[in-house]
Amino acid sequence: MRYAETGYDLEIDLARGNIERVESDPRLTELHLGGLGTSVKTHWDRVPPETKPFDPENLLIFGTGLLCGTPAFSANRTLVTFISPQSELLAYPMMGGFWSAELKYAGYDRVIFRNKSPKLVYIWIHNDKVEIRDASHLKGKGALETQDLIRQELKEPRAQVAAIGLAGESRVFTASIEQGRSSASRLGGGAVMGDKKIKAVAVRGTQDVNLARGAEFMEHMEDVTEYIRFRNENPIPDVMTILSGIGSPQEMKHTDEKWHTENFMWGNARTRRRDFWSKPNEENWTTAQLDAVQRLISCFNCPQQCGALVSSEGVGGQKYMMKCFGKLTYSMAAYVDDLGFNFRILQRATEYGVDSFSTPQILAFAVELYEAGILTDKDFEGCPSDKEGRFFWLLDRVARREGIGDVLADGVYYAARKIGKGAEEFDHNTIKKHEQLPLKLGMLDPIYFLMYTTNEKISITQIEGNFPQAAFPTREQREAFVKDWPQIPDERFKQYLLDWEPRGDQAIPYFPTPDMCSEIVDWMEMLHNIDDALGLCAGMGSFCLKPPYHIHNYPKLISAAAGIDMDEAALKKIVNRSRNLHRAFNNRRGMTRADEKPPEDHWKRRFPELEEQLLSTYYKFKGWNMDGIPTKERLVELDLGYVAEDLEKRGILKDGQD
Amino acid sequence: MAKIEKKIKTITIDADKCNGCRACEIICSAFHAAPKYSSSNPARSRIHVISHRLKDIWLPVFAGEYAPAECMGRDKYVIDGKEYDECGFCRASCPSRDLFKEPDSGLPLKCDMCESDPPLSEPMCVQKCLNDVLIYEEREEEVEDEEVKLEDVEIGLESMIDKYGLQNVMDTVSRISMSKKG
Repeated sequence: MRYAETGYDLEIDLARGNIERVESDPRLTELHLGGLGTSVKTHWDRVPPETKPFDPENLLIFGTGLLCGTPAFSANRTLVTFISPQSELLAYPMMGGFWSAELKYAGYDRVIFRNKSPKLVYIWIHNDKVEIRDASHLKGKGALETQDLIRQELKEPRAQVAAIGLAGESRVFTASIEQGRSSASRLGGGAVMGDKKIKAVAVRGTQDVNLARGAEFMEHMEDVTEYIRFRNENPIPDVMTILSGIGSPQEMKHTDEKWHTENFMWGNARTRRRDFWSKPNEENWTTAQLDAVQRLISCFNCPQQCGALVSSEGVGGQKYMMKCFGKLTYSMAAYVDDLGFNFRILQRATEYGVDSFSTPQILAFAVELYEAGILTDKDFEGCPSDKEGRFFWLLDRVARREGIGDVLADGVYYAARKIGKGAEEFDHNTIKKHEQLPLKLGMLDPIYFLMYTTNEKISITQIEGNFPQAAFPTREQREAFVKDWPQIPDERFKQYLLDWEPRGDQAIPYFPTPDMCSEIVDWMEMLHNIDDALGLCAGMGSFCLKPPYHIHNYPKLISAAAGIDMDEAALKKIVNRSRNLHRAFNNRRGMTRADEKPPEDHWKRRFPELEEQLLSTYYKFKGWNMDGIPTKERLVELDLGYVAEDLEKRGILKDGQD
Repeated sequence: MAKIEKKIKTITIDADKCNGCRACEIICSAFHAAPKYSSSNPARSRIHVISHRLKDIWLPVFAGEYAPAECMGRDKYVIDGKEYDECGFCRASCPSRDLFKEPDSGLPLKCDMCESDPPLSEPMCVQKCLNDVLIYEEREEEVEDEEVKLEDVEIGLESMIDKYGLQNVMDTVSRISMSKKG
């Protein structure tokens, strides 16, 4: 019997309409755990580096984490993996919601799609019965609308449905996959799904997920539950409200947005408005949010409530669900002071199915180009002149790939190059061709420098986490923070934090030192990789300060759930293996050190020499050569000799580079 | 008839607080697995969160008595403008719907308030609902002495007979007993 996992994958060949239930090798779980780890391995084995994002050979994998469907709180992530049309690297956007657990209960760990369907279809997985069904009647339907239409059609209100909207069908590079209140948004999974002509994947399962040593597992979960209660009652003092709790940032609950609106950039990551949070604006934003949010809601088996059911008069009373930073991205990108606008446009954007980080920036980029005379009245023919109307109009064009929207739908990087005439200068907030959070800061932050440049996620919110974002002003605050910090992998991290000053010699950019930064970043990245393999929400582990899940309890939970006994060292080795395989996969597709740089204006004060030193120190710490490629020694140590061989054969790893 | 003290157990459901996470379903199925906690499967749960997300409906309902026949009519509730499904509040496992039935056998499921030895402080669904949607209460009430209850085997058999007919069940029992005797 297999424990925690089901031991089966669904292999679906969309061109031939062939569906197979394939038993997976238990050894794969021992080597890569599940979730992101196992999927990276499949992509490495089956997707050669010549494969383009819209080639039939590009695999689209819907994966669950090892703990999804077990009683582990917040183990509900679905990991979607594919070669991104935007970065052309292996992307892995994740969504919470209810889909992954349902797939486990249907008897599968993953659904692996290859090739393309000749016509628009949806997949219906109901335990052992799996069908490819016609979806021509769903063409152009909204991503949320589609979910309910399919549930009605199947007469199965308990089916969980992941669907794309019009943007996915149009292969917009920022198209998302929507499911309940969650979405796998970043890097264009919706576009790959649309390219394969999959409108939706619906799942209903009524089978068991087994635990190897259930009683022992529940004892460990008892400790986790106690800690969740404790943290919910004891927010961390001396940090911003949204960093004080656990779960995703509680954007639906908290109305105080002084920090985001005054520290994040408005427009195309352009303008900081230090005096935005005035009394009238605060009132407008608070009222708009309280009016719109009808109920705080959660993902599968999670006590937190990071999402919300939203409805407002402005969206015609139509309800939708949202969470997190999407609450304010459209208002800020459009320079619209009224938060009601954000709730209105996000409803349409959710039905189209587009990423609410990248998309508003793309629209703001277009407005800037128009104002600069690079895009003309001809490009904007028929566009209203007010800020709100302009954004709605542009969003429609992008989702339909009409006119200028067709160019913009490839994202800022590609659009800038296609438009030319100096538009490249306005692409000032992408890393590896991917739009970043709209942040422009003063002093170079060495920890963030490494996270931004080196992580395969290419999105900061999925890299940062357990180490505070900034130094505490006073010694007393630091001492209070480290006093109760059981999550750290080593006591020395306490000293780093104690010694870290907001200003002076012991401050950024030179402190923490490159060596310390390497350890801190490696630790935070490792936690994300563990969560992503287990299917745990980062909001309960890697993403927040003092979380309930950490390096000291993960191995216990994995051992008891899956019956694969391991300690901390063994777990670290597994995620390092998957992480290096992921890097090698991207190296094989051409990614090198030259790609690992933040936008020029991300910080005003840059230190080129220090930055090179940071990168080199970190590469060395990771066991990578100075091009950012894992060394043979490192790969062999992680049982990845076959990867070293492949990289050598292709001339990516050269002799003597260790 | 003699009066006896009876322990009444209730779970108050504050549905307005429900965030729809279904932790109650998962822990219920895990607790009732054999051996205990050896598996989880919400389809085996004796509590179920009826949900229509876009209609703002999240309604935990826990399984009541098995009903061998459908009601003569169905009910539908509209509260605060929200229309609940037919029989939405009903706790019975009955032929009109597939709620509260073992997915393998189709046998009815019923909440037993997690009775166990030693007894739990509260049923597991209440313990794992950290948002206090489910509130457990016990009280003593004086009631008239009841007749001796059917044993568990009889309850099971009766529902099998209702579902498959007396003859089928008798045939099956005799076939199994023949094969056991070898």
